[in-house]
Amino acid sequence: MKEVDVRLTVNGRECTARCEPRTTLADFLRGHLGLTGTHLGCEHGVCGACTVLLDGATARSCLMLAVQGQGHEVTTIEGLGTPENPHPLMRAFSEMHGLQCGFCTPGFILSAHEYLRENPRPDRQAMRKDLSGNICRCTGYVKIFAAVERAAELMAEPEAARS
Amino acid sequence: MKPAPFEYHAPTDLGEAVRLLAALGEHGRLLAGGQSLMPMLNLRLARPEAIVDLNRITALAYHRLDDETLVIGALCRQREIERDKEVLARCAAIADAIPLIGHIGIRNRGTVVGSLAHADPSAEWPVLAVLLDATLEVEGVAGRRSIAAQDFFKGLFATDLRPGELVVEARFPLPPAGAGSAFIEVARRHGDFALGAAAAVVELAADGSVAAARLALGGFDSVPVRATPDPAAAAADVHPVDDVHAPAGYRRKLAETLARRALHLAEQRARKAGR
Repeated sequence: MKEVDVRLTVNGRECTARCEPRTTLADFLRGHLGLTGTHLGCEHGVCGACTVLLDGATARSCLMLAVQGQGHEVTTIEGLGTPENPHPLMRAFSEMHGLQCGFCTPGFILSAHEYLRENPRPDRQAMRKDLSGNICRCTGYVKIFAAVERAAELMAEPEAARS
Repeated sequence: MKPAPFEYHAPTDLGEAVRLLAALGEHGRLLAGGQSLMPMLNLRLARPEAIVDLNRITALAYHRLDDETLVIGALCRQREIERDKEVLARCAAIADAIPLIGHIGIRNRGTVVGSLAHADPSAEWPVLAVLLDATLEVEGVAGRRSIAAQDFFKGLFATDLRPGELVVEARFPLPPAGAGSAFIEVARRHGDFALGAAAAVVELAADGSVAAARLALGGFDSVPVRATPDPAAAAADVHPVDDVHAPAGYRRKLAETLARRALHLAEQRARKAGR
């Protein structure tokens, strides 16, 4: 099958690669761009592991074709922070043990990122619904919610107090 | 799994999309939000030879309130309606239903019109369309036509669309001011497809009696059904069958219970609005 050129912005950087039209955005990020932080679980939109931000809003990257990303801005877990300079959500997940195996974590952190942007003061009941599109098979969710609440605290602190 | 190979078309205007669809006939499938078609492609339940992607036709990404009618273009994401406080305030049934559709990441991408055209009998928008007497504006090479929601849904994932036609707009007449409405469903987990859903609109007369009531049921038949607005009678209007999730008898009972609750809540809201 004929390949097409795909050009999109990933984590602030313009990326171009060739792929078949049937390539999902998730496979494109992982296989063509080497960004393996985006995890693929169910591949049919149920588990939320492959969640990325598309123009700032969460989307399941297994339910999008890479060619559809043309001209759009994608943020993956790699774009949020690094081991040296972690995002407050990453710090909070580590501090509060919001992960065990870690497979669901990138998706959870990106969904939580969208949630905290719209709800800087999280509410446990509302959070349970708004984060229900991500499945975790290890933690039982309690520590994930605690981590999101902790991240909200960290993000509310002035920049200087964080380091 | 991964999708089987297909040809990919991304037209930038509606006329081009219509011509492509007509030329491809049954070999082409429309892709809008992708929240139903993409899983089917990944699981290879669908193996179209060609995909016509609507996402570049930005002229279809709109919604607006025309007096009493909510008008939704083919590329309007569900999340856009969820964020429109005026629409939610004007119709509680819509406000109730949207948070029940999948999850935020799904509603960010999924389109209202795509959900209607997919015609899953358990999906929320088809039930709302039947409840509110929506009309679907359809375009094909032969021209444009309007289809009433009750005539649009023909069976399980089957609609009145002819090969080469696409839904370009859905028009939902909102309940009159002072009416109450509600949408209730039962699902195994939040965001899952509903075992059953009921939606109602109740209008009161000046003396406080019920002047008019409407009821729609989803998930109990192969299509969403406009049912008698009386709980016991409504259950007789649907024909549920046994499946892995629940036996038919349970579903019939559920239809009655959800109908009662939706009608009750809609009536309560009408009384509150009238005060």
